[in-house]
Amino acid sequence: MRPIEYFKPTSLQEAIQALQDEGAYALAGGMDLIPSLQENILPAKRVVNLKAIGEELLRGIGPTPNGLQIGALTTLVEIAKNETVRSRYTALAEAAETVGSPQIRNVGTLGGNLCQRPRCWYFRNEHYHCLKKGGARCFAGDELGDNQYHAILGGGPCHIVHPSNTATALRALNATVHVVGPQGRREIPIDQFFVLPRRNIMAENVLEPGELVTHVTLPEPPRGFRSTFVETGEREAFDWAISGAAVALVMNGAEVAEARVVLHAVAPIPWRARAAEEALKGQRLTPETIQRAAEAALEGAQPLSQNAYKIPLTQAMVRRALQRLV
Amino acid sequence: MAVIPWKPPAQMDYITKDNPRLDGPAKVTGRAKYAYDAIASKCLVGRMITCPYPNAKAVRIDTSEAEKLPGVKAILVEEGKVCRLAGEFVGAVAAVSADIADDAVRLIRIEWERYPFVTREEDAVQPNAPQVHAGNERPNVRVNDPDGEGDVEAAFQQADAIYEGTLSTQVQTHTCLEPHGTTAVWDENLEHLTVWASTQAVFGVRNDLAEFFGLEPHQVEVITEYMGGGFGSKLGGGYIERMAARLAREARQPVKLLLTREQEQTNSGNRPSARARVRAGATKDGKLIAFEAETSGTGGFAGGSGFPLPYIYSVPNWRRQHTDVYINAGNARAMRAPGHPQGSFIMEAVMDELAYRLGMDPIEFRIQNDPNETRRRQFRELAKRLDWDRLWKPGPDEGFPLKRGMGVGAAVWGGGGHGSNAEVEIHPDGSVVVRCGTQDIGTGTRTVVGVVAAEQTGLSPEAITVQIGHSTYPQSGSSGGSTTCAGVAPAVKVATDNALWELFLKVAPVLEASPEELEAADGTVRVKGDPSRALSWKEACAVLGQESVVGRGRNDRSLSSSGTAGVCGVDLEVDVETGRIHLRRIVSIQECGLVVNKLTTESQMIGGVIQGISYALFEDRIMDRMLGHQINPNLEFYKLAGPADMPEIVPIVWMEPESLARGVIGMGEPPVIPVAAAIGNAVRNAIGVRVNSLPITPRKVLAALGTEV
Repeated sequence: MRPIEYFKPTSLQEAIQALQDEGAYALAGGMDLIPSLQENILPAKRVVNLKAIGEELLRGIGPTPNGLQIGALTTLVEIAKNETVRSRYTALAEAAETVGSPQIRNVGTLGGNLCQRPRCWYFRNEHYHCLKKGGARCFAGDELGDNQYHAILGGGPCHIVHPSNTATALRALNATVHVVGPQGRREIPIDQFFVLPRRNIMAENVLEPGELVTHVTLPEPPRGFRSTFVETGEREAFDWAISGAAVALVMNGAEVAEARVVLHAVAPIPWRARAAEEALKGQRLTPETIQRAAEAALEGAQPLSQNAYKIPLTQAMVRRALQRLV
Repeated sequence: MAVIPWKPPAQMDYITKDNPRLDGPAKVTGRAKYAYDAIASKCLVGRMITCPYPNAKAVRIDTSEAEKLPGVKAILVEEGKVCRLAGEFVGAVAAVSADIADDAVRLIRIEWERYPFVTREEDAVQPNAPQVHAGNERPNVRVNDPDGEGDVEAAFQQADAIYEGTLSTQVQTHTCLEPHGTTAVWDENLEHLTVWASTQAVFGVRNDLAEFFGLEPHQVEVITEYMGGGFGSKLGGGYIERMAARLAREARQPVKLLLTREQEQTNSGNRPSARARVRAGATKDGKLIAFEAETSGTGGFAGGSGFPLPYIYSVPNWRRQHTDVYINAGNARAMRAPGHPQGSFIMEAVMDELAYRLGMDPIEFRIQNDPNETRRRQFRELAKRLDWDRLWKPGPDEGFPLKRGMGVGAAVWGGGGHGSNAEVEIHPDGSVVVRCGTQDIGTGTRTVVGVVAAEQTGLSPEAITVQIGHSTYPQSGSSGGSTTCAGVAPAVKVATDNALWELFLKVAPVLEASPEELEAADGTVRVKGDPSRALSWKEACAVLGQESVVGRGRNDRSLSSSGTAGVCGVDLEVDVETGRIHLRRIVSIQECGLVVNKLTTESQMIGGVIQGISYALFEDRIMDRMLGHQINPNLEFYKLAGPADMPEIVPIVWMEPESLARGVIGMGEPPVIPVAAAIGNAVRNAIGVRVNSLPITPRKVLAALGTEV
């Protein structure tokens, strides 16, 4: 491995400073970063370990005046087991408890999971200098490409899918991402946190160099609020999702007052299916409504040569998520 | 002394019984040392240098930068080597740490002459396809001579049901959990080489290295105390062992060289793919009468994609032609029942499709066409164990979204014993040492050795000191073809009997009997039929005074046999919305003659089922067409079945008296054979349409169901 500078700051200021330089990467649980370094796909010069930073915001799960706050260094297992998250923000607990394997959940953090880099097999292979690594071509989108796991929505010119379970759940839960950087602190509504490749091919979110996620806040659930996250992979053992959905509903009696439907592992970002949300609003959750919403969710999907199966599969995911909330 | 037959099974204390692995505690506590663990300190780390292109020649190599890197101790590169796959080895480096070795590999500048390449079979067969073996006469396609018998066309005229279809299987890599690896050390005069090898062939590695370095066999010592899987990919000495020894010689220091996972997946062998365009016919009384197939497959750049077809079932009229397709990818090696799972997946699909067309029960149809009496009875037992008569329906299942289905398949295998020798030494203190140069590739051979010696001496297996995996021990064959148990067990038995005879000669006068009258049983040496005239084992051995006795034995094949039968049945559910397959239960029935250790036999069956599940549902080597690399050379996207994917697995060892009377037969391979076929048939039964290719992924299930838009 090429020599990489290792830095373990004790304050946010030091961390921000250290992360501004080119080739600096933040290390929390290391579940994504360490393998990426081993794969030799990042131009890493410096690793900044965040775990010694004293800042309390970075850790734990606690109430705020209008909701819940979760520190970026909180492990996925803490989130999955937290009673408040389980009962009031169920989608997030379900998303966290289906990440990777027990070992990964014990070490992996919310911040790391939210900012996880894609698993595209071309991106992850050092021999393939793809668009996302500054290259001239997307191999997955090529007519000779193998793209069975790639995007059917929002793709182009790069066709990755966003791998993060918690990102999908947080989008359904309308979270706010709190970041700190050289310009100070800012709050980013989750709908504005992720970016499509056509806006920025090199990143999956709007974080600037030196910026760090400190914590995430979730709004107080209104009356009649319920949420869920479902996903499916190819196998039961540790596997990436090939499709999934997070759905949050505000029910007014038997009718849907508000809905957020977010598709998982089918687009370069957690994909908000606004047409599905419209199809649900004001409706009872009958099988017909659920079917209409599922079909609406996939409107505009543009499969690549090998991933058309994701359309019926994702419709099924939306149906299953909604059926759970009936 | 003439070879004494096995005791009647009813009189056996350990053989045919459940004996826990003798090395279980060592393995689970980490005390067991593998090839890479051999030398704890001052051992250099070797790393392979690989070709980054699928078809290229290393024309110029500059190692000057790498040589300057502190900690680099040896660099060996093969200028002029032509590589036929991305990831082929062109040399290796040794350095004081793995990181430095990796850096050194990156610093080596190689100028490649690149040739056009082709990494997929469908591309390789095109008329203007790039030539895999660029620059020589070898074409990408080799058509084998047609084979067959009878009058196929006339038979099809008689058929009441005909099935036509195309079926295919993927390339499967061995995915040894312990990658290929070796630790090598020379003596200071370079006259003696010691190698700890992860190998299925201790003596094969010894002979290869001796020949390669111009040494006599005794100058090379190969040690394989433990190993973490080979499945056929570690059947002899080769590039890795030689390279480790060359690096160690160059550096004058021990070197350990282990493939990375990527190298293990791309360039350490695989099960070739198979494709068959088949047509088969049967009569309404349930006789398979006609079969024809055009088949092909790829063994990568090296060919060797043959597989048996027609398989298992008798068909009087058949015709087949096979074509080997070459691509720029890793080459085939023997893999757990080479060829058979491919033939099984294709043949069993044909059998089910014909049964459905005839309106017959698939098990009944098989029984009518299976020439093997044992297997016919096994099929009946399988039906009972699966509750087939009650649960099986022609399908598709009405359920939604889960549809239940059942399917079966069958296996045939040889499993005759290889040439093997053993030596048993009984010491005056009562200790018993068995030495046999065999390796235990994970199947439980060490325990088999102990069990056989225990059975013959009347001691417990734990009381036997088993020494295996060393080329200074009596010669034993390589572990391929499920030949080890049937080779080693007879050799150990004969050696133990011969050592006992030597002991009896000394003890007989003390017991005032002739040696022929003595037996070793229940921890004693005693006069047969007169237990009052007995010495404890320790007392008997004490009679030896200062001198131990030694017995030698070899497998003369009178205590073993060959040819085994097995069947497998699957009960599963298919989620027709997600395309996911949920296995409920898999029953595996396997004959293996005299069962030396029932417990480890069952674990081989379970292991075979697990590997079969993985082959059926998940594993797939995917070769990229643009740059020519395997794009899933890892365990992330080359997916293996995990614990959570396991159904209830029911291993049933066939213990009928006539089977036990046949002598020992190996069975590490056959349980894997029918699993994918049975799963494929169960999916077909559940959903009413066939997924024609392996692995059966959600994508293919949804496509078969026609729900894909």
